[in-house]
Amino acid sequence: MYPRPFEYVLPSGLDDALDALDANPGAKVLAGGMSLLPMMKMRLLSPEMVVDIGRIAGLDQITDNGDSISIGALVTHSEVAASGLVGEHGAALATAASWTGDRQVRNRGTCCGSMVHADVAADQPAAALALGATMVAASSSGTREIAAADFFVDTLMSALEPNEILTEIRIPKVGAGTGSAYDKLGRRGGHTDYAVAGVAVSVTRSNGSVSAATVAVTGVGNRPVLVGEVADALVGSDGSDAAVEAAAAQATCGIEVLEDLYGSVDYKTHLAQVFAARAVKAALASAA
Amino acid sequence: MSSTSVLGGVVRRREDPALIQGRGRYTDDVKLARTAHVAFVRSPYAHATVGAIDTSAATAMEGVVAVYTAADTDHLGPLIAQVPVGALRPLLNNGTVKHVGEAVAMVVAEDPYVAKDAADSVEVDYEPMPAVVDLKQSLSDEVPVHEGASNTLISWVGPFGADEAALAELQAGIEAAKQRDDAVVVSQEMTNQRLIPVPIEPRSVLADYQAGYDRFDIYSSTQIPSALAGAIGKYFGMSMNQVTVKAMEVGGGFGCKLNVYNDEVLVAFASKQLDRPVKWTETRREAANSTIQGRGWVATATVTGTTSGEVLGFELEGIADMGAYSQNFTVAIPFLGLFVGSGQYGFPTYWKMDCVTTHTMTTDAYRGAGRPEAAYYLERIMDMYARRIGMDPAEVRRKNYISSSDFPGAVSPMGFPMDTGDYTTNLDAALEAAGWSDLLAERDAARAEGRHVGVGLATYVEVCGFGPSGLVDLGFSWAEYQMPSAFNGSSLVRVHPDGSATVSIGTGPSGQGHQTTWAQIVGDGLGLEVDRIRVIHGDTEEAPPSIGSFGSRSAAVDGAACYEATGKVRAKAARIAAHMLEASEADIEFADGGAHVAGAPDSSVSWGDIAACAYQPHRLPEGMEGGLEAHAIFSPGNATWPFGTHIAVVEVDPDTGDVDLLRYIGMDDCGNVISPMIVDGQVHGGIAQGIGQAMFEDAVYDADGNLLSGSLVDYILPTAADLPSFELDRTVTPTDVNPLGVKGIGEAGTIGSAQTVVNAVVDALEPLGVTHIDMPLRPRRVWQAIQDARA
Repeated sequence: MYPRPFEYVLPSGLDDALDALDANPGAKVLAGGMSLLPMMKMRLLSPEMVVDIGRIAGLDQITDNGDSISIGALVTHSEVAASGLVGEHGAALATAASWTGDRQVRNRGTCCGSMVHADVAADQPAAALALGATMVAASSSGTREIAAADFFVDTLMSALEPNEILTEIRIPKVGAGTGSAYDKLGRRGGHTDYAVAGVAVSVTRSNGSVSAATVAVTGVGNRPVLVGEVADALVGSDGSDAAVEAAAAQATCGIEVLEDLYGSVDYKTHLAQVFAARAVKAALASAA
Repeated sequence: MSSTSVLGGVVRRREDPALIQGRGRYTDDVKLARTAHVAFVRSPYAHATVGAIDTSAATAMEGVVAVYTAADTDHLGPLIAQVPVGALRPLLNNGTVKHVGEAVAMVVAEDPYVAKDAADSVEVDYEPMPAVVDLKQSLSDEVPVHEGASNTLISWVGPFGADEAALAELQAGIEAAKQRDDAVVVSQEMTNQRLIPVPIEPRSVLADYQAGYDRFDIYSSTQIPSALAGAIGKYFGMSMNQVTVKAMEVGGGFGCKLNVYNDEVLVAFASKQLDRPVKWTETRREAANSTIQGRGWVATATVTGTTSGEVLGFELEGIADMGAYSQNFTVAIPFLGLFVGSGQYGFPTYWKMDCVTTHTMTTDAYRGAGRPEAAYYLERIMDMYARRIGMDPAEVRRKNYISSSDFPGAVSPMGFPMDTGDYTTNLDAALEAAGWSDLLAERDAARAEGRHVGVGLATYVEVCGFGPSGLVDLGFSWAEYQMPSAFNGSSLVRVHPDGSATVSIGTGPSGQGHQTTWAQIVGDGLGLEVDRIRVIHGDTEEAPPSIGSFGSRSAAVDGAACYEATGKVRAKAARIAAHMLEASEADIEFADGGAHVAGAPDSSVSWGDIAACAYQPHRLPEGMEGGLEAHAIFSPGNATWPFGTHIAVVEVDPDTGDVDLLRYIGMDDCGNVISPMIVDGQVHGGIAQGIGQAMFEDAVYDADGNLLSGSLVDYILPTAADLPSFELDRTVTPTDVNPLGVKGIGEAGTIGSAQTVVNAVVDALEPLGVTHIDMPLRPRRVWQAIQDARA
């Protein structure tokens, strides 16, 4: 597990980091390193330069913006999982973070890093999709906002440009009547390890019916995606178990389900439906 | 054992503080000046002819010291094997590679990073050919793995020693039983999948050839230091006393370090060529294809019995995967399965296993080594039989056990004399510990609520503690490694002039707690504090020749030698003390760091006093030699046969196939126990590995021989978080083949557990019509089995 030679820089400010990226198109950004370093050690990735953003001040905070909350680039999975703010406004993300990797990984790996890595079976990207998160990307020419729905492009590929750093994930705050949840089957059963199938859901109830819903599925295709068909079927329904299960039956609509060591196409399709129903029920319960 | 015995009491492992604090020293921690580092160029193909090998870019790279190919090393010959049936592994291959990961070239560089860069730059022309991975395809000999040779290397047929007439009679008897009116025949083909041993510390070797003295120091993460010393001596035309092998801390072995590997020989070769220390430490991904694997059987088990639970015959016929080359034990592993083919039962057993070669990494000993496979088939089919006739699975076992009254002198249906056994007492203790009838009632109540709860039980008998030195006559000869003394235990106990003591022993532990256990035996025998006793193992310069640690043999064989050497020292010390105290030798007792006269505790001498006397011959009784040390070699009269009963409780989520392991109860019998905490630890690890096979682990090769689960992302290991807190207890049936009465416990947990879990899961799904699921019982398989049963 010996990486190829690379240059390592440790900028103290964001501008220096962005300059380094501009000057070195082959550079990669290092935050927690829980995905980047194993890939480098396995020589699946051999960047010419690693830009370590670990010393940049201000990126390690979860902040309350009034109408939204921001999760900075250095905030770890553990911190997301333990955050009261995230728990209140994005329970799906807090749950997904608590089931990411193992304890050691959660103490070093970052939420933003999980987004940028865009693993097909990662948990937190699904939650970001369901919560309608906004990705804030900085480059030397300024910042731009990317909707989570536009962020996950393909297998291990996000919309982030090589000269950009994902500095924060912004999640809209929610009021009473809105709840979210994430549920999955992990590769070793239960909630542990990468998702064989995982579903994140955000729902809003008003006047006894479902007035809004977003549903995102991970683990079954080439990237985490929003499945509008489930959400559409939920909206306007009474949220009864029958209505939820009917909606969940469409969990893989529009997804090309891929077989791997952990599931056949049939099995993964079925699991997506099972966890869509479970996650919707849990979200509805928390929205009551 | 003395009346104030420390044996059997809970003693904390003395090696743990260093290990827990990261202060243990492993092979890779040894830093010698001018050390060069190795990286191997490995085949990406399972079967290919090797054409031109262009090493020019690597050779030209700054920091590269040398690049070697088979042209440089072929004169050394292939890798030696203890049971050399089938093709032997070339040290480096420039002919036809036979598995992914086979070494083609060796790069030596100033640091491991440059070595890896240079290895990546070596260009090899390969001409890929079709690979044989499937065992049935291999058996057909459609495609030979090795040109001109049958893929079937050997077929083990049991009972052991039965001639053709006896086998024919046995089979005819079982066939006749199948025709009885009350006959029930249950048969199932099952896979016991391949596993990758994953010690936390990968293999590592550092060779330091010292030209000025024409000798080697070899540091290696090995379970068999003496065999490695013998092998290195043999390759380089040296006596074994010109080679010192030191196994530092070894971070897990599980049998995969019970091989002398080609990389160990090659690193020694490079050190001698370059006249400098050379080191190689396996990377985790490399390990998946360069260290032996285990299991890999497909077999059909058949029970013929009556409707009332009397088994009339058991048959097992199958194929075992040997991989591409024979290494140390390879084809002998299924033979170890044959040893326990009839388990703890007395019914007629016919057993046949064809050992076939494939284009995959070699298989060899992995914790249990043949015995978990044998126990798996037997106990799965016994469970299916119990279910078929509607009898409590515990009662079916009880009905067919070899009776405790048959011991001593019991001979298993496979033809092996067994030491001691009391299977019914053990079964009853397990049922009591689990609350068996309540468990079944709770399961039934859960089922009534629509839950899928299952209870599984399996019992096992193991053979271990190898063994009698006569085993060499069965083909287990270590002569290739210059180790004819192979199966003896050997130990040297020395009391130093200050009264402290050192025990040197030929074991090669990899986490078994030998620093504690041997100190307990010596401390107990001499009445000396454990803190005053140093233990040296894994060092061929310090230790008398012994073969190392595997097959759950250390306590029963080397431990017995340690006990006997201690006894000799104690006897001499008693004479000296009697002389000093002017007492009768028979009245001398040892306790509290010295000797005293029985009934007169004030009349005493310390070990320091005794030792001081021993090293001043003029003070000794007339005619006594100076010094205070003794060597003992111990060869037991038989291997040992531990046994046990395991019970698991699971709940299955039928919507996802997810298995929740709720309880795990282990009732083992390994004879006397020296250190309960160490025995519990061994059982814990063993069960974890058995559960790993049952639920998680799977070495998956595609049809082209590529290992799809070669990283720990895809090779799923059990972790503490996946397991319940085990409920362990023991029955105690001492062996009569060694003076300690101990049997060995290193592998028992693994041998007893996989089938216990599978039996429980199948029990949970019985109402849905599921009768069998092949391991690993990942959710996908369990869900699919439910769908298939419903279809």
